Amino acid sequence: MATAADLDALIACPQCDALHTAVEPAMGERATCNRCGTVLIAPRRGAFLRVIALAVAIVILMLGATFFPFLRVNVAGMKHASSVFDAALAFMDGGIMIGLSVAVAALIVLIPVLRAALVIYVLAPLTLGRPPLPGAVPAFRLSEDLRPWSMAEIFVIGVAVALVKVSDMARVDYGPAFWMFAALVVVSVLKDTMMCKWTIWRALDPTVRS
Amino acid sequence: MARARSHRPILTARDGGLVGCTRCTRVWPLGTSVCRRCGTPLESRRWSSLQRVWAWWIVGFVCYIPANLYPMLRTRVLFRVTEDTIIGGAIELASHGAYGIAVVILVASVLIPIGKFAAIAFLALSLHRPGLLDNHGRHKLYEVVEFIGRWSMIDVFVVAILSALVQLNVVAAINPGPAALTFALSVVFTMLSAQSFDPRLIWDAEDRARA
Repeated sequence: MATAADLDALIACPQCDALHTAVEPAMGERATCNRCGTVLIAPRRGAFLRVIALAVAIVILMLGATFFPFLRVNVAGMKHASSVFDAALAFMDGGIMIGLSVAVAALIVLIPVLRAALVIYVLAPLTLGRPPLPGAVPAFRLSEDLRPWSMAEIFVIGVAVALVKVSDMARVDYGPAFWMFAALVVVSVLKDTMMCKWTIWRALDPTVRS
Repeated sequence: MARARSHRPILTARDGGLVGCTRCTRVWPLGTSVCRRCGTPLESRRWSSLQRVWAWWIVGFVCYIPANLYPMLRTRVLFRVTEDTIIGGAIELASHGAYGIAVVILVASVLIPIGKFAAIAFLALSLHRPGLLDNHGRHKLYEVVEFIGRWSMIDVFVVAILSALVQLNVVAAINPGPAALTFALSVVFTMLSAQSFDPRLIWDAEDRARA
């Protein structure tokens, strides 16, 4: 009967169930599944600390990007500035559309910030060499579950499309929040590529104490 | 690129009397119900997932129909009100010469959703009748569907931005139409449908053939 420790040396590919012996690749390299090519392990040097730094950056940028004016529109001397927050509340005026407002606010503001906060909570004690905080496992699980629902980068493309749509109707200027939001997208993509799930789960594993 | 060393020929966790966690890749003896590393419920193969795939698929499809029939945007310039559906809006853009943007909208709101419905249905049906596309092809298709589904939200965000930005009292105003809601719901439901699919089922046919 294999013990839990023996099984710790094995990896099952989450996509095709192929069984592998876990061989931790060198820093910066990736271990992929032999059959379907899914990336299994991708450690980076000092990744935890960098991920925390990027997550902090996301929270700060998002605060600015949400409330500063995002775009200004100018038609025949009539001006209107709008923040990301206004965009989220655009559906607020009519009954059932309020749900859509809440959903848009969640997808472009709340979920990205929540994910960043959860990652900080999970990784901060690990970088300090302490045991994980209580609830770190469900916290990281939630953060991973929310990954596809964090849609800041899609919002940016939406902005580009919207600009073309109004360009024949009005003059549009970028506000400071636009550039903050653009930076935010780059930072969150960096953060997600920097994180190696396998390394983090292993560090959180109560049955492995190496 | 380093590859994790594997036992050849390819042995699955199930063949080895083990069950792998789809979230943290830890393996446990078959019959373990919850992963002790990350707390995810363990199941060697989620056949019941197909029911969920089809349930979300149907709801998503039902929502997609009104999304195309009702207006997405209500534009008011002075006292003239125009209403644009998804496809109507794209045609309007193209007629103004913005072909690139019209293509982006058509791809994100028409091509991707319809392609996704077809792809998910194909993947679910092909589990019983493999042959049309090999495992690597179907796995690639699954990865593409998973990756690309979220991008359909573009049009909803465009409506949100326009409605927030263009509020100029009497001169002009843009407001969302009912299709914005049903389209957003359709995207969400198809994302859930794709997430419910268990890609490990794709690879079992090959294993059966070898056995």
